[in-house]
Amino acid sequence: MSQLSTRHLLGIKNITAADIELIFQTADNFKEVLNRPIKKVPSLRDITIANIFFENSTRTRLSFELAEKRLSADVINFSSSNSSVKKGETLIDTVNNILSMKVDMVVMRHASVGAPHFLSKHIQANIVNAGDGTHEHPTQALLDAFSIREKLGDVAGKKIAIIGDILHSRVALSNIFCLQKLGAEVMVCGPITLIPKHIESLGVKVEQDVMKALRWCDVANVLRIQLERQQIKYFPSLREYSLYFGINKRMLESLDKEIVVMHPGPINRGVELSSDAADSGQSIILQQVENGVAIRMAVLYLLAGGK
Amino acid sequence: MHKRLVLDQQQISIVLKRFCHQLMENHDDFENTVLLGLQPRGIVVLEQLVALLKEIAQIDVPYGYLDATFHRDDFRRRDFPLKANETKIDFLIEGKKVILIDDVLYKGRSVRAALDAMIAFGRPAKVELMVLVDRKYTRDYPIMPDYCGIKVNTLESQYVSVEWREKGFEQDAIWITEKA
Repeated sequence: MSQLSTRHLLGIKNITAADIELIFQTADNFKEVLNRPIKKVPSLRDITIANIFFENSTRTRLSFELAEKRLSADVINFSSSNSSVKKGETLIDTVNNILSMKVDMVVMRHASVGAPHFLSKHIQANIVNAGDGTHEHPTQALLDAFSIREKLGDVAGKKIAIIGDILHSRVALSNIFCLQKLGAEVMVCGPITLIPKHIESLGVKVEQDVMKALRWCDVANVLRIQLERQQIKYFPSLREYSLYFGINKRMLESLDKEIVVMHPGPINRGVELSSDAADSGQSIILQQVENGVAIRMAVLYLLAGGK
Repeated sequence: MHKRLVLDQQQISIVLKRFCHQLMENHDDFENTVLLGLQPRGIVVLEQLVALLKEIAQIDVPYGYLDATFHRDDFRRRDFPLKANETKIDFLIEGKKVILIDDVLYKGRSVRAALDAMIAFGRPAKVELMVLVDRKYTRDYPIMPDYCGIKVNTLESQYVSVEWREKGFEQDAIWITEKA
């Protein structure tokens, strides 16, 4: 099979394990391209992609833009802070205006859950969800699973603990879907106030003792506390959170095995992850960033290539 | 299905040995020469040639696999994207004499894409093309082989299939077959 089962990447929930495997195999090829002296291929040279970001982003936006440029696509960038959205324009009007300039694909981040799904029902262009509220962030989950596969050889059968603010994290949900589709066991760990109710129904284990989670897992994917999404206090202080749920080198060294440490970034050093843990040999945080470009190239290539 | 034998195992073996001797004639001690097999089907020809060069002349030539999928000109003109294969080139081709190797030369579009893909690894001093089979009068691009096993007349309704024992076939053989 060389075609995805969908023409949009809206979330991991609605793609298949075969889709994920195809994206990984294509990303393997693009990773090789990224290590060449000339890191560019002409595949998307007649394609225009609009990066529409209604929410702040540094690495995801840079990663998408770099992936698009490595594929020779024409790129336009849009952020809501300096746009007509501030003047009251609707989402569909904004996007349709951009598409009338003959744009073929849209990469969108939006604060509202389901915004890209809504858009996909109204426009013709291929849509890639770069994060919709607290719902999904599919390319982050793909690059996380790809990085685990690269580090440990396979995802199937591995135990992955997602530690931190699960309630507000789109990365957590996409990771759960992705890792489970690939045959991994998933545990979520964090303060009870930051674990969504009924999350067990997704087939994940729930743990509130971070040391127990670390002892159980092969990989710890540590998430940031998303203060910007927290309208109320979910824990007394960052210092207390760090004391109970922060991970440091001493904790990693106390385990009887060497686990892999991941973080989707940006890291709040000293809160969820100490500097000595983030910069340790067990951390693959920078490899995740590197793999992000290859994964996004693969997604864009496969979506653009279908009719 | 009607099919016609173009080369049998013995004839393919003779062609590959001829290729070796032609290369030895043109490339002296191979000091500045590298071989690139085009994915996916040029790889078998490449590997046979590398083994023969070692056997006949005790020569180890640097070689690699080149995949041109991301450089093709028919992206978005097909119903679905082509699946890429591995590119494995552990050296730069800057200033090298490169021999591109494929099994069948047809429209010339794959070779054009390969020439484009190859440039990512440096500016070669010279590029030569070696193919087992040249389908005459079918070219879309001005591309001709420097080394050719056999030239054949074919119709658009036919294809040339190359069978290798190492791919599970009984004998090495090249056939012209009517498309189904």
